[in-house]
Amino acid sequence: MPIAHVLASGMKGLRTGGDLVARMQFSKNMRLKEAKEYVAKKVGVDVIELTDEHVMREVREELNIGVLTSVTKSAKGIAAKMNIEKVLDIKINSCEKFRDQLP
Amino acid sequence: MANEYFTRMGDGQRIYMTKENIMEDLEAGCADASELGKIPELSGDELDKLAEIVMLPDVFVSVAPGMEVPLTQDGGTIRIDADQGNSGTGIPASRMIGCMMHERAFCQDTIELGHIDYSFKPVKPIISHECQAMEILQQNTIVPLFYGAMPNMGLYYTPDGPYPNPADLMRNFKIKEAQESMENSAEHLIRDMVWIMQKMMSSGTDGVNFDTTAAAGDGDFYATLHAAEILRKEFPEMYIEVGMAGESILGMHGEMEYDGKIIAGLWPHEQAPLVAKAGANVFGPVCNTNTSKSFAWNLGRAVTFTKAAVIQSPIPCHVNMGMGVGGVPMLETPPIDAVTRANKAMVEVAGVDGI
Repeated sequence: MPIAHVLASGMKGLRTGGDLVARMQFSKNMRLKEAKEYVAKKVGVDVIELTDEHVMREVREELNIGVLTSVTKSAKGIAAKMNIEKVLDIKINSCEKFRDQLP
Repeated sequence: MANEYFTRMGDGQRIYMTKENIMEDLEAGCADASELGKIPELSGDELDKLAEIVMLPDVFVSVAPGMEVPLTQDGGTIRIDADQGNSGTGIPASRMIGCMMHERAFCQDTIELGHIDYSFKPVKPIISHECQAMEILQQNTIVPLFYGAMPNMGLYYTPDGPYPNPADLMRNFKIKEAQESMENSAEHLIRDMVWIMQKMMSSGTDGVNFDTTAAAGDGDFYATLHAAEILRKEFPEMYIEVGMAGESILGMHGEMEYDGKIIAGLWPHEQAPLVAKAGANVFGPVCNTNTSKSFAWNLGRAVTFTKAAVIQSPIPCHVNMGMGVGGVPMLETPPIDAVTRANKAMVEVAGVDGI
């Protein structure tokens, strides 16, 4: 059933820009339209392109904010999230905790 | 059958209905929500749009391009290896593998870690184990990762918990004692939820998903609102989602208040402002499915309730659309034709911010 929801209306996460829009809803209480417009502006695409794999795969690779598949040398996990912090101008708790552990 | 459309009952059974019957049920469901919640009915155009969605010829339907919404969930990631009594698929994986599968194979916009019981109380004895799992997952995942659990205040009553069972007390007309037991349980639950989430925040979680809130009635909702308020003060950047258990808050106590308002009997559009006031970022409204009514009746009712909540809510609304809520038929494996029709209706007619 979750997959039915993903395919019917989900933004499809790392495949496109769904995680980024979700982050703006949660970090700034943005409603859907505002969150999409904010992210689209930050990553340099049109709003409708946020769910376009053909566009967003390249955008995610260029910004190094993580892609769906395991690509050598591309940022993964916490490294990708640190890049997302910069792109979206937000703080992410796990990145803060990771930085606290650095010398 | 030439003029009839394939659709479902609220229990998922396959039925056929004429366009006239579908419209009648959509209108009746909508009117029921409107009367109960004292909220506006859907417009004629909106009801026509719902009928169009119900009558679509395809098995699987989806929203128009550009209308996609972010998804949150309630324990989906732990269902990969969950047991037979917990809607699990029984694949010998782990919760962490379940999270990574949902992120990279199922393309979820957000994921969450949770105890296999999916309640806060049993997390306490194994908090270090949960913190360890959260730290590892945060190092390895990218999409927002929550800690999810149900407040589940029922676990605080005898024989499972330390406080007298209010149902037993009420049966003996000890109303005041029952209320006191709920008040004590609520305070205990607040302490537990805050303590657990303080630990999880120190382990890097993006935030919390209070799921199935108010399952044990108004005391459960009261405790969740206060826990959210305390956590918001301590962690201004924390992600907080409050998803509900049912469409109306059961008045088990009857006199509990939040922000000067009695919380028993509140409908989704009245719950949303309180959830926002407590400091949550996202509200998850619920409308329950009536298994004796058609999918069309349930859809008309669910969209009416949800649209009112979306309008009244100061924060984004991610409508609950699991088994038996949000117009989805009430069975463990709801038919995909009904799930995707309800999904499309919530996005395109109710205007939800997410699911």
